[in-house]
This record gives sequence, structure tokens and C-alpha cells, in this order.
Amino acid sequence: MRQSLLATKIVWSMLAIFALSTTPSRAFEIEAEQYFAATDGTSEITIMSTADLSVFAPLVLGFQNQNPSVNVRYVVLSSAELYSAVLEGEATPDLVISSAMDLQTKLANDGFAQPFRSQATETLPAWARWRDELFAFTLEPAVLILSKAAFADLPRPRTRQELIELLRDNPARFENRIGTYDLRTSGLGYLFGTQDARQSETFWRLSEVMGALQTRLYCCSGQMIADVKSGKLALAYNVLGSYADAQSESNVDIVLLEDYTSVMMRTAFIPDSAKNSQLAGTFINYLLSADGRSLLRAEIGPGPLDAETFSSDQNLRPIRLGPGLLVYLDQLKRRSFLRAWTSAIVQP
Amino acid sequence: MSAALKPGTSLRQRLRLQLLGLIAILSLLLYFSVRTIAGGAAETTQDNILSASATSIVEALHAEQDDILLDIPYAALSMLGANAEERVFYRILTAANTITGYDDLPAPEVFPAPDQPVFYNSQYRGSAVRIVAMTRIITLKDTPTKVLALVAQTRLGQDAITARIANTAAALGVGFFLVAGILGALTVESALRPIENIAAAVQRRGPHDLRPMLKPAPSELAPLLASLNSFMERLRTALLRTEDFIAEAAHRVRTPLATVRAQTEIALRRAKTPEDRKALRAVIRAVDESARSAGQLLDHASVTLRADKMERVDVDLWVLAKDLVHGLAPTAEIRDIRIVLRPAEGKFITIGDPVLLMGALRNILDNAIKYSPDESEISVALTGESEICSITICDQGRGLDNAEQKTLTRRFERGSNVADVVGSGLGLTIVSEVVAAHNGSFKLAPNQERGTCAKVCLPRK
Amino acid sequence: MRFLLIEDNADLAVSVRDRLALDGYGVDWADSVSAAEDCLAGASYDLILLDIMLPDGDGRDFLSAQRSREIDTPIIVITARSEVSDRVHMLDLGADDYITKPFDFLELEARCRAVIRRKNGAASNVKHYGDLEFDSLSATVKVAGRVSELRNRELRLMEIFFSSPEQIFPKSQLLDRLFSYAENVSENAIEVYVARLRQKIDGGAVRIETVRGIGYRMSKQETSNREKPGP
Repeated sequence: MRQSLLATKIVWSMLAIFALSTTPSRAFEIEAEQYFAATDGTSEITIMSTADLSVFAPLVLGFQNQNPSVNVRYVVLSSAELYSAVLEGEATPDLVISSAMDLQTKLANDGFAQPFRSQATETLPAWARWRDELFAFTLEPAVLILSKAAFADLPRPRTRQELIELLRDNPARFENRIGTYDLRTSGLGYLFGTQDARQSETFWRLSEVMGALQTRLYCCSGQMIADVKSGKLALAYNVLGSYADAQSESNVDIVLLEDYTSVMMRTAFIPDSAKNSQLAGTFINYLLSADGRSLLRAEIGPGPLDAETFSSDQNLRPIRLGPGLLVYLDQLKRRSFLRAWTSAIVQP
Repeated sequence: MSAALKPGTSLRQRLRLQLLGLIAILSLLLYFSVRTIAGGAAETTQDNILSASATSIVEALHAEQDDILLDIPYAALSMLGANAEERVFYRILTAANTITGYDDLPAPEVFPAPDQPVFYNSQYRGSAVRIVAMTRIITLKDTPTKVLALVAQTRLGQDAITARIANTAAALGVGFFLVAGILGALTVESALRPIENIAAAVQRRGPHDLRPMLKPAPSELAPLLASLNSFMERLRTALLRTEDFIAEAAHRVRTPLATVRAQTEIALRRAKTPEDRKALRAVIRAVDESARSAGQLLDHASVTLRADKMERVDVDLWVLAKDLVHGLAPTAEIRDIRIVLRPAEGKFITIGDPVLLMGALRNILDNAIKYSPDESEISVALTGESEICSITICDQGRGLDNAEQKTLTRRFERGSNVADVVGSGLGLTIVSEVVAAHNGSFKLAPNQERGTCAKVCLPRK
Repeated sequence: MRFLLIEDNADLAVSVRDRLALDGYGVDWADSVSAAEDCLAGASYDLILLDIMLPDGDGRDFLSAQRSREIDTPIIVITARSEVSDRVHMLDLGADDYITKPFDFLELEARCRAVIRRKNGAASNVKHYGDLEFDSLSATVKVAGRVSELRNRELRLMEIFFSSPEQIFPKSQLLDRLFSYAENVSENAIEVYVARLRQKIDGGAVRIETVRGIGYRMSKQETSNREKPGP
């Protein structure tokens, strides 16, 4: 995702330099930062997020529209950086927003979050919040995207099993033209991968088939989408649906596999060390409000947390918040999982 | 005689206090036992889950190429999140180093035996946690190595459950206290009812009623009732004997006195010399005096006896006065004294013992006759107000000193100016005792011109 | 007038009989209930004097037996029991009056008189001496058409004189009959009553004369009666 929005980011980063220079030096690497000065700002909150500025700026502005006295510092950084910054205490944001559910869960589990209760959080379904500390505000499925051109004369796979058969039957066409996350470098890819592995053994067979076809490994969804659009890739597996949606074009098809589709949730929590936890709470309320949701829907796609989303599609499997997510963060577990995956996907 | 009884501690009060204390203790016991048992049960539940989690982790442990490997099952941790939103920590370690997990999670000093997981509470990352420690022995480089798995869970749910249990236990305790308190109060009432029934029955019986109590009584009260009955029987016998004794004494004293008097009178008629006559007169006077004294002593005794078992019936004072005047008119007439019963308007009814009242009034009128000069008049008048009715008996005798009026009603005291009239001084004592027993008052006051007025006021019915 | 005295104490009975005889009453004496029954079977009495404690029975039983036989001869109970309850009880049983031992003869006499008077109502018992008319029941004297009421002592004095006209009664004897022995009176007290009687019978032929040094007697003057015819 970094590359996909590189141009914008540079602009934003440039803008952020001024703001940055006033803050103490940090041991973590930020991608962008913007200071949204309010019309009559008397207070300030710092939001550290993995979501791109372009996606979140409207939300921040919308929030300021309702809370004109709040200046907002919005800092974008990778989920791993965000995780370690909070873990090590290098940053003291008022609100942490990340798509890495497992890392968010671990931070909350390890005591870095503080509880927050409001009418909006109370109405969240139980699976969308954990311990009154971690709140999900988007639903973003992992999808399969196809190049229309590549699939012009092929049936669209509806399940992983069909995908496996398709790949096996047409090795020449897909050789070197499949993309997926590199689970070793992408946190989100690892999350989707482990959830796939948990859901079904077909993940491993798919990985082997993909490995045999010299699958390309990516760090980010954006790049995969770009390569599918350009025709470099025939398909990309486990792409973040929100980005695919947001950037969909006519030459790309988005497929929600029918056997199951993992759904990632973007979550927010107020760190234990937050200076302005009350305003951070107000921001969470805004994210969960009707205004916030409609903005999110516009920016991210069909993501925002809608109860109907689940009742309408039984195949959507939201990744549950909770201690289960800690399992795949275990060093030994991760090591053995990645070992297995690597041996499947990276074939000589 | 009942006025001297000072009521002791109330039995009801004591029973209530003791029952209440007992119930309070039971309530507290209930509260603490529910808390302990339910709290223990909740803890056991948590321990079981922790144990299951730890078991699934240690079972996933295996050695491979001199390395300890662990593939934590997803369920191992997710099951811990199933029942409550608890934070979860784990640590896998050998004696040498931490293999994975939170390396600062507190471990027991000594690794527990492989099949005996140890549970303990601790503080970790600002929260109270429940920890299970489970050991598994893994053969590493041909040597068995102890690997310890720690799984910890915050006790939020546990605390919430404990709080809920505490509330429930408190509600149970309070509820038990209330229900048992009400039942206890009812029990006290029902336990005391027989006692109260008997007390009321004893109270209800009039002073005459000395029959044994035949009410069924609880066995505990039976001895008391038996004693009471035997006491009443003895009292009855004693009273009967006293009455008999008084009658017998009167007979034994009076009959010979009557003979002596009669004989003396006859002798007097035959006596010739003034000296003989004087001596015989003295005999008669002595006989009269002793007869009167004995009579009044016996009268007083019988009045006292009767006052203890006083009757309470409607008494028409007009009828009483009429009978009284009728009975004493001949005595008065001997000395040409007229007794005038003044006509009165309306009814004069009081509640009391007619015999006692008659006795008292007779004593007054008797006195009046005795101290009246020949050919004088004694008036008997009935007057009444709304609450009281009075009988006033006025003579034209020699009257009383003012100071004497109060002391006269004391036993054996007589007016200082009546030494020449036969009398024992008990008469007015009888009167004032009878009147007092009827909640009335008795006053002596000088008559308008001369003589004395005796006024008896009684509550009107 | 005839009385029945039921009394087991002979001394007392005799003295009562003798004393009542002085007042002109004939007294039969029975010393037991059975003897009394015998007397009652043979004669009728104007008054019964009844002692309660009798050797062969309780006087109260006799009393209630009489009343239940509807014999209404007045009964005066002589009792040693002075308790108020007993007195009331006697009246309830039908006694007309009661007298407590020991008693003054004067009182006995007064009570007998009162009971008889009460029983006989407006009846009269008129005696004549000379032109003097004396009704002991209504306590009046009538002389020369003039009726005078007698007070109690006057009445008794008159009865004494009437019981034996012309007889001289010593002062001491009169005193005994008029005053209780318990009373401390001098013989001169008699003079007052004699004087009153004289006043009430004045205008007739009957006189109460003073017999100097001895006493009094009642006498009539035939001559003066003739000389002075009534109006």
C-alpha cells in the first residue's frame, strides 16, 4: 500500500515535516503526518494509524466539523512500526488505529489499552469489540481479484477448490502471473494466511499449487492491484477488499470466494498512556456514528461495520478479536508456520 | 399486693433478641458460605479452563533435533477468551530459559510434578491473574527435560462473578434474615400465646374465683399451673377457715357477753344501793365496750377479707340508704333521735360491693347516732354530680376538732372529746378502707351549726 | 302480745323473758328448734325472737323454713355474728330485723316495737284509763278530745304507767326502763319526761303524781272528773 499511494504520501509527508520538527525524535519510522488545525483549536489529539492520510483526512475533517475545538495530529505508519512504538513506549498517541488485528489485540492484552465505554461502543456487536478496549469500525474482506483479460475465456472460480483446479488445469497461463502477500514481511498477509490455514486445509494445497506456478510475493495490496490492472498478474489472492473496491476499474474483477472469505476489521484503541483519552473516545464515537460510517463507506468501500453485511452473506468470516489471535504471534508458532508456508510457496 | 410486683425482663423481648441474634449469625454464615462455595466453584471453573488450555499447550510440545518445538493450538488461547473478555498470558520455559511467551510471567520456584498442575494467583501487568503451571517432561538430547507451561488469565470475570455472588449472597443473607425474622417473631408470638392466654385467664377471673384453672396448658407451664391451682385451693381453704374463724370467734365472745349483760341488767334492777347500781353499770359499760371492740375487730377483719375478693355489681345508693335508715331507726328512736332521709332526685348507681358499702355506711350512721344528743336529728342526703355520687350524713353532735378530722380515720383513734361514749375507734378506719377500695373518698367536716358531716363520694356508674 | 323466744342459753333467755315481761309482753321460751316447732304448733305468736346458733339446728334453716311455709310472723334474729355480710344475709332469708349479741334490752324492745308496728300497719292498740286514751301502736294519747303524739321515751314512760296504774314506780326503775345502762344519766333526767307527759295529758282526770322521795305514779281523780265534764 505504501507504493500505491506513493505520490500522495510524499506530498503529505512534505507537509508534515514542519510539524515533525517540533516533536521529540523517535525511534520509529513514520510514513506521513499531518496536523489538522481546528478553526478554534484549544485541545489536541494525536492519532497514529496505519490508514493512509487520503483515506482518513475526510474523517478527521468530519470529526473537526463536529468538534471544532480539537486539533488533530494524524500520523501514518506501518502496523509493525505502530506496534513496536506503542509497545516500547516510544510514542504516546491518544488513539491507535490499525488494520493489524492480532497486534492490536496483543497490545490490548498486554495492558497498553484503556477501557472506554459509550453508547456507541455498547451497541457494537460482541465480536466487534474486546474488553471495552478494542473497537472495530470497518469490515474488510480478503478477496481474489482477477484480470478480466486473463479470464476472458475461463470460468470464474467461486471457491478455493475451483481456483486450485483452474490453476492446475492452466499452468501455462498462470505461471508467474499469480500474486499474493509475502507472509514473512506483511503483517496483514500473515493474518490472512493464518486465518486461512485455520479455516481449511485447502490453504496449504493452494499454497503448494501457487508455489509451483512461481507466485510473486508482495508486501502490499496496492501493488498487487496495480499489477493486476496492468495485466502483469492474472490474479491476486487475499487482497484487501477495501482497497480493491476503492480502486476497482473495469479491467479487474473482485471475487469473494464462496467457501469462505476472511474479513479483517480495522480497530482502534485508546492507549493507556493517552494524554487526552476523553477526546480520543469522542473520535471513536465519531467513527462509529452514522456520519463516520458514511464517510468510511465512501473512502473504504462496503467496509463499515454493518450488521446486515453478515446476515446477507453467510460466507463472510470475520476474524474474531480475542486471545486466539495471540497464538499466531507466538515466536515458535510463527516460525513453524512460516517455515511450512515458505516451503510450500517458494519452490526452487 | 400486685403493686409490689416489679416486672422483670420481658420474656418476649428476650426471645426476640436471642432469636434475632441467632438469625443474624445464621444469615452471616449463609452469606459467607455462599460466597466461599460459589466463589470456589467459579474459581474451579476458571481453573478447569486454564488447565485445559495448559494441557493442550503441553501436549503440543515436542522435541526436534535438540530443539523444543511448540505449535500452540489455536484453541489453547481462544478457549480462554470464550467465557469472558479476559486478558491472556502464557509462558513456556525450561529451567534454563524461556522458550516462548511472556518471559516475565511469574513462575513457581519449583516445577510442579508433571501430572499435578499448580494454580496460583499473582499480579501481572497491573492486573490480578490466575495462573496454572503445568510441567511436561520432554526428552532432549537423550536427557529428560522439564518444560513448564504457564497459562494466565486475568480475573475480571472472576471478580465480576465474585461480586455478583457477593451480591447474591448478601441478598440471600438479607432475605433469609427477613424471612427468618418474621417467622421468628411469629414463633415467639405463638410460643408465648399459651402463657398470655393463661395470664389473661387468671387476670379475667374475679377475686372470688378461686376454682382451679382447668385450661389446657403447655407441659412446661403445667407445674406452674398446678402450683397456682394448689395455691388457690389453699387460699380458698384459708379464706373459708378465716370466715369460719371470725364467725366462731364472734359467737364465742358475744354469747357469754350477752348473758353477762342480761344478767347484770336484771341484777341492776334488783340492786338497792346506789353503790351497787354504779358498780353494775360499770360492768355493763365494760361488757358493751368489749363487745363493740371485738365486733369491730371482727368486722374489720371481715371487711379486709371481703375487700380482697370484692364483688363489683351495680349498687343503688338510694335503696342502700333506705335500708340503712330503716335498720338503724329503732336504735336512734330509743334516744328520740330522728333520722331523716332527704328525698333525692335521680338515680344514684355506683359499682361495688353492696355488703361492704352497707357496712361502711352503717358504721358512719352508727357513729352519728352514738355521738348525737338525745332528741336531735340526723340527716342522710344523696347528691350527685356527673362523675360521682355522694352520701352525706350529718348529725348535731358535739363535732370534731379540725386537726382531728384527718387522723380520725386511722385505726384505734378516737376523738378526744368522746371518752364517755363506748367505741373502739375502728369504725372510721373500716369506712375509709371500704371507700378507698371503691375508688371513692371519705371526708369529715363540721356541720353548719353544730355537729359533724361525714361525706362519702363514690364514682358514678 | 305474745312472743316466742328461741334461745339455747338459759340465762340469757330468762333475762330476756323477764325484761320483756316488764313491758307487758308474754314470752314463751324454746331452747331448741324442735321445742320451737312444738310451741308454734300449739299457739300463735306476734313475734319470734330467733337465735342463730342452736343445739339441734341452724336458726337460718328454721328461718327459711318458716318463710317457705308462708308463715309471716315477724322474726327478729338474735345473732352473735356481727359481720355485715351476715346481717344482709339474714334479711335476705326473710328476717324482719336482727340484733347483735350482746344487746341492750332497750334496743331489743325498740326493735320489737318497730317490727310489730311495721307489721300491723295502721292498726291500733288502744287502752283506757279514766278519760285518758292511750294507743301504744300509734304512740298517741287522747284526752278531752285532744290527741298528742308521744315521743319514744314518753311512750315508754306511758306504757310503764299504764302497765300498772296507781302503782308507785321508783325513779331508778323508770330510769332503767328509759335509758340505757350505758348512758350516764342522773335520776333527775326522768323529771323532764314526766313533765312532758303531764303536759300532754293535762286537761283530763288522769294525773302523774310525784310521790316525794319514792317516785311517780299514775292516778285518776274521779271527783274532779265529775266536777269537770269534758267539752
